[in-house]
Amino acid sequence: MTIRASKLWFGYAVAMAWFYVLLWPLLGIKAAGLEFAASFAIWSKVAVAAAICLVLYQVKQAGAFNFLTKPTERVGEAASAAFRRVPTWLSLAVVLALAVIFPLFTERYAHDVAISILVYIILGLGLNIVVGMAGLLDLGYIAFFGVGAYTYALLSVHFGLSFWLCLPIAASFSALAGCLIGYPTLRMRGDYLAIVTLGFGEIVRIVINNWMSLTNGPNGVLGIKPPGAYWFNGASLEHVWLNHLEQLYYIILALAVFTVLAVYRLNYSRIGRAFEAVREDQTAAELMGVNTLRIKLLAYALGAVFGGLAGTFFAARMQFVSPESFTFIESAMVLAMVVLGGMGSIPGVILGAVALIALPEVFRGFELYRMFVFGGVMAAMMIFRPKGLWPAKRLGARSEERE
Amino acid sequence: MATLELSEISVRFGGLQALTDVSFRVREGDIVGLIGPNGAGKTTVFNVITGVYQTSAGQVSYDGKPLRSLRPHKILALGVARTFQNIRLFQNMTALENVMVAQHCRTRAGVLGAILRSPAQKREEAVIREKSLQALDFMGLGAFAGELASNMAYGLQRRLEIARALATEPKTILLDEPAAGLNPAESRELMHTIGRISERGVNILMVEHDMKVVMGICRHIVVLDHGVMIAEGKPEEIQRDPRVIEAYLGNELN
Ligand SMILES: Nc1ncnc2c1ncn2[C@@H]1O[C@H](COP(=O)(O)OP(=O)(O)OP(=O)(O)O)[C@@H](O)[C@H]1O
Ligand SMILES: [Mg+2]
Repeated sequence: MTIRASKLWFGYAVAMAWFYVLLWPLLGIKAAGLEFAASFAIWSKVAVAAAICLVLYQVKQAGAFNFLTKPTERVGEAASAAFRRVPTWLSLAVVLALAVIFPLFTERYAHDVAISILVYIILGLGLNIVVGMAGLLDLGYIAFFGVGAYTYALLSVHFGLSFWLCLPIAASFSALAGCLIGYPTLRMRGDYLAIVTLGFGEIVRIVINNWMSLTNGPNGVLGIKPPGAYWFNGASLEHVWLNHLEQLYYIILALAVFTVLAVYRLNYSRIGRAFEAVREDQTAAELMGVNTLRIKLLAYALGAVFGGLAGTFFAARMQFVSPESFTFIESAMVLAMVVLGGMGSIPGVILGAVALIALPEVFRGFELYRMFVFGGVMAAMMIFRPKGLWPAKRLGARSEERE
Repeated sequence: MATLELSEISVRFGGLQALTDVSFRVREGDIVGLIGPNGAGKTTVFNVITGVYQTSAGQVSYDGKPLRSLRPHKILALGVARTFQNIRLFQNMTALENVMVAQHCRTRAGVLGAILRSPAQKREEAVIREKSLQALDFMGLGAFAGELASNMAYGLQRRLEIARALATEPKTILLDEPAAGLNPAESRELMHTIGRISERGVNILMVEHDMKVVMGICRHIVVLDHGVMIAEGKPEEIQRDPRVIEAYLGNELN
């Protein structure tokens, strides 16, 4: 055995021992006493599986699979070269067309999942402005989703305002909330910022939870109207509620397309460059003429606007909101999408949202192990693709008009 | 005119008196050299002028306007730009983008303009691009516009810093050791470039350790030691000044 290989197997032994130390307390400590059989059974299976993987890996390193991997690699390269030759607008058009005809070929359940993916895409892109572009950590982002949702919920239930009118209203309210939360944090950096935004996110949820007279507390707000529209019924124009899933799907698709376009254009503009300058080096940005306090506030406000838009739609789609939907875990989820997909990258964030919403649905059968797999995948991602699934790339193509 | 004037500046950091009663001016058309041994307070002077540090006494004025309590971006907008001793480029942005950021304070397109791509915004963006490319060309970096700053060679990064400062359309530029780490050929070329910057009507205040560079192009020199101005005058006078020789130059000049 070479030194490399023995090192590998030594690592394997340590990892398995460590795994057992973690596993046994979970399975082996029972009220009736200590037990080893159950945990050992599982452990031995994992150990064997890992050993097989390791052997395969070593065989591959030795080049035994070259007859298989070389051709596939070549095919992959050819495919990606061909893909690169396809103009961007064409691939975008294809994706959009697929998204548009999607509901025609699928049933309710798929619509439901697709709608949540699109909501999270908007949230992810909004948070991406703050985290990916401006480089400010925000652990309470979901608060703006909540502000948007409750703004529409209350305006709809108490004043009967329409969804379409409430979109800009909720967006403004969220932007205001973004400024309120952003302002005190402007002079903070790094860890402090994370803690304070985390706190603010919780404050918003707790206020919603306890302000009984306004928000009805933990019971939530019921009877929110879905979006309305006027439609021809024969000759007369008639008001209808768009509460079918496929109608809602098209609304959120339109919102998501708007978001992608807006974020893309913002990215390649004077403001977008200022965001990035702040992310790269705040002091240098200020010294190069960027009003960093204002730009950071703007980043919070803009991020919040998209959170608010998504929230408005969420309230209209559920026709019910309660504080439970705006917990810290949701903020963490959105942040995970941004990081997993690739900070600052629009396709990356979209991919991240799809991965984190759709994959758990696919693996619903393994419900029990979902979080376990989730953690494992995230850890693996950070090791193998630390810049995300689709890293932001910026090789001279930026700020070039290519539409 | 665009005279930068420091009068009796003092700065302290806790117990450390970093600057004591420093006064000098950078007049229209001047190339002023600021020299002194390590830790003399040269970079501190730059930080005071650009609003990074507050003075404990004295004031800086530009164009007759006091700069006290102005934030750095405001001071930049008045026309005082700088480079950094330890390169502080926006590493993950391209050379062109680095320079485009510098146009921020000279332009005004906002969020709505960007999202709607209004004609005004498009026009402005084209102007920003053109001016930035000009600044890159001026520093001989035209070919590197699309290169990530972090991928550029050290000497090029130094030049990119100057290009970025120039793109803010300054009337006065502060260069903090622009020749540090450059080879002799590069620093000769840099001297030439600094001369061209001056010809464009930009006043220059530069910190530099390379005496050939300083004596070669500066018309006026200010010497700091331990935060105190120990001499000021023409290069020939400074070369002969016994205090300067004692404090700093010593055998380097003889
Ligand atoms: N932010 C700060 N806090 C505390 N002390 C500082 C700070 N900035 C500078 N100093 C101190 O002030 C003194 C002057 O520093 P400065 O950086 O201005 O020197 P310098 O002349 O630029 O030196 P060098 O040639 O090494 O660049 C040094 O003793 C330094 O340690
Ligand atoms: Mg210095």
